[in-house]
Amino acid sequence: MAKVKSLAELKAMREKLQSNLDLREKSNDPDSMVQVKVAMATCGIAAGAKQVMEHMMEKADEMKLKIVFTQTGCMGYCHAEPTIEVKVPGKDPVVFGHVDNKKADEILSKYVLNNELVEGIIPVNYETIS
Amino acid sequence: MTKIKTHVLCCGGTGCKASASDQIIDEFQNILKEKGLQDEVQVIRTGCFGFCEKGPIVKMLPDNTFYTQVKPTDVRKIVEEHIIKGRKVTDLLYLDPENKQHVSDSKHMGFYKKQLRIALRNCGFINPENIDECISRGGYEGLGKVLSEMTPQQVIDEITKSGLRGRGGAGFPTGVKWGLCAKNKADQKYVVCNADEGDPGAFMDRSIMEGDPHSIIEAMAICGYSIGATKGLVYIRAEYPLAIHRLQVAISQAREYGLLGKDILGSGFDFDIELRYGAGAFVCGEETALIHSMEGKRGEPTFKPPFPAVSGYLEKPTNVNNVETFANVPIIITKGADWFNKIGSEKSKGTKVFALAGQINNVGLIEVPMGTTLREIIYEIGGGIKGGRQFKAVQTGGPSGGCLTTKHLDTAIDYDSLMAAGSMMGSGGMVVMDETSCMVAIAKFYLEFTCEESCGKCSPCRIGNKRMLEILDKITKGNGTMEDLQELRNLAGVIKDTALCGLGQTSPNPVLSTLDNFWDEYVEHVVDKKCRAGVCKQLMHYEINPEKCIGCGACARVCPQEAISGEKKMAHHIDNMKCIKCGACHEKCKFGAIEIK
Repeated sequence: MAKVKSLAELKAMREKLQSNLDLREKSNDPDSMVQVKVAMATCGIAAGAKQVMEHMMEKADEMKLKIVFTQTGCMGYCHAEPTIEVKVPGKDPVVFGHVDNKKADEILSKYVLNNELVEGIIPVNYETIS
Repeated sequence: MTKIKTHVLCCGGTGCKASASDQIIDEFQNILKEKGLQDEVQVIRTGCFGFCEKGPIVKMLPDNTFYTQVKPTDVRKIVEEHIIKGRKVTDLLYLDPENKQHVSDSKHMGFYKKQLRIALRNCGFINPENIDECISRGGYEGLGKVLSEMTPQQVIDEITKSGLRGRGGAGFPTGVKWGLCAKNKADQKYVVCNADEGDPGAFMDRSIMEGDPHSIIEAMAICGYSIGATKGLVYIRAEYPLAIHRLQVAISQAREYGLLGKDILGSGFDFDIELRYGAGAFVCGEETALIHSMEGKRGEPTFKPPFPAVSGYLEKPTNVNNVETFANVPIIITKGADWFNKIGSEKSKGTKVFALAGQINNVGLIEVPMGTTLREIIYEIGGGIKGGRQFKAVQTGGPSGGCLTTKHLDTAIDYDSLMAAGSMMGSGGMVVMDETSCMVAIAKFYLEFTCEESCGKCSPCRIGNKRMLEILDKITKGNGTMEDLQELRNLAGVIKDTALCGLGQTSPNPVLSTLDNFWDEYVEHVVDKKCRAGVCKQLMHYEINPEKCIGCGACARVCPQEAISGEKKMAHHIDNMKCIKCGACHEKCKFGAIEIK
């Protein structure tokens, strides 16, 4: 390991290392960030939820969006898997069905970034207690 | 490339390690591998989460799920349910003692809601044996800032302005202490970290060193720069093997990165740290005794002045600070004194770490802003008294502190208010007692500790405390007189005025504070020959209540003296001549029929 030779170098190092702890830092205050929950029950995984989640995480990084991704159990919309729930701070959560990579990009660039609704919303018929 | 989706934080503090957290981590790694998830889930061994009552703790991120009392056999379930299917394992979640509901994440636990973690900022969050994790949380940036942007005097001014006071117990302003040492010219000066944590039930410093050792290293280097020292020493007890190991790892990593050693961060400043092991004598927490012990001499205090700032280790100017004090330093430098001095009360700034112990539901390590009340700590964070019993007293400050009662529950805790209430901040041990504790016996316990740990150099401490202990012993055996109570006060006064070191001067505090706050209980012991808590064996006996006894015979079977007799299904009887008051029957009886009289 080469020695760190200045404060600037130390800060650059921090910048580089930070992504490793990103997931932990975000969890400190999840309510202030966009939260995406991916339904990852057997049906979701079979329909490709895992790949979509991977793709979305990479895309979000590329777009420099601060998003907390969590896996959840079955949301009950087995007819529309993969399903994801997106919660933008201060707004009610929105559930999207039949999410593939393309739809995921659309959700990020339109809904998350510009608050434009995209097709595929499943009307929410439940309340979540906190 | 697969992305890491979940972090599993597993407590690797001494407490959780003792209850198999190492096996839990191994198990996680094995099962994740078996499921092909090793690239998606990262398992991290962290420092103490503080919630030791329910250890081992496993925390899942990013959803903050907080699993308690996890066993290695539970790991498969967590992986299969939580990680693969996204369903929380309900029966491992923390159960709220009030409403008997499972709490899904740490953000909603009463234990964490009122806490503000500054000294413990990285404990339970980073892997303490990985310097990269520390750096990505801003570690060593405080050191970088002082070396490149501040003069030594500016550093001292900043620490003074922050209002930081010594967390070891006495509460001396840290900036002033540094300033005194900086003024003295010498060819060599020393920075010493006092990690000789000796109060019964205290483990604040140990947890900081185990959970975030780099914060101590960084702070010592900052201190070294400001006072003009190039050498640092950590005086740590040999009975803290894990803390020693983590410090050693951290020191070698810091050296590898050039954050210790010659020409740190290209500034020309040199600083390095060595460890010195203590044998666990309480008196070596006193700074002059500590210094003598490091020099290889007997661990005995000497008269101040000269203060260590003038003549300390090897007769060179030496600055001694406690672990927790140091843990606050880097963040004061990076966030600024004005950020720090807005937290806390008027004369006590920042936060304080306490080790909660005794008859309280949530035993553990907590950090609260100065000025938090005892009630908030005991009932909201601590979750109240065990078994729904009544709060009686809380002991703060260890053998130098005192016992506070219900009338102090709403006292805002800081250095001065605790002093005014007859106790002291001390290093942060907080032992909660309920009606099953006898206050005379408690005073006796602390005095026994002091007598055992007294170095014997000065007679007030060596002989005075011994005499006081004899009187307390007499009282707990039912032979005390009212004159004895007066004599206790007299002796206490003399010891306070004449003992050589701080530990000796404060040693009568547990007796004095119980005399003040629990006078009635002393009088009961002396006049009525009664111990209401049933602790003093000579002043109590057991009786079987015939109305409650169903004659099951369980008590008779556990009695080692065969002192209990009675017909089957009829009320039993204890022969008090044979009874040795071991209490086995009292514990065994399911019907509450065996009563303390």
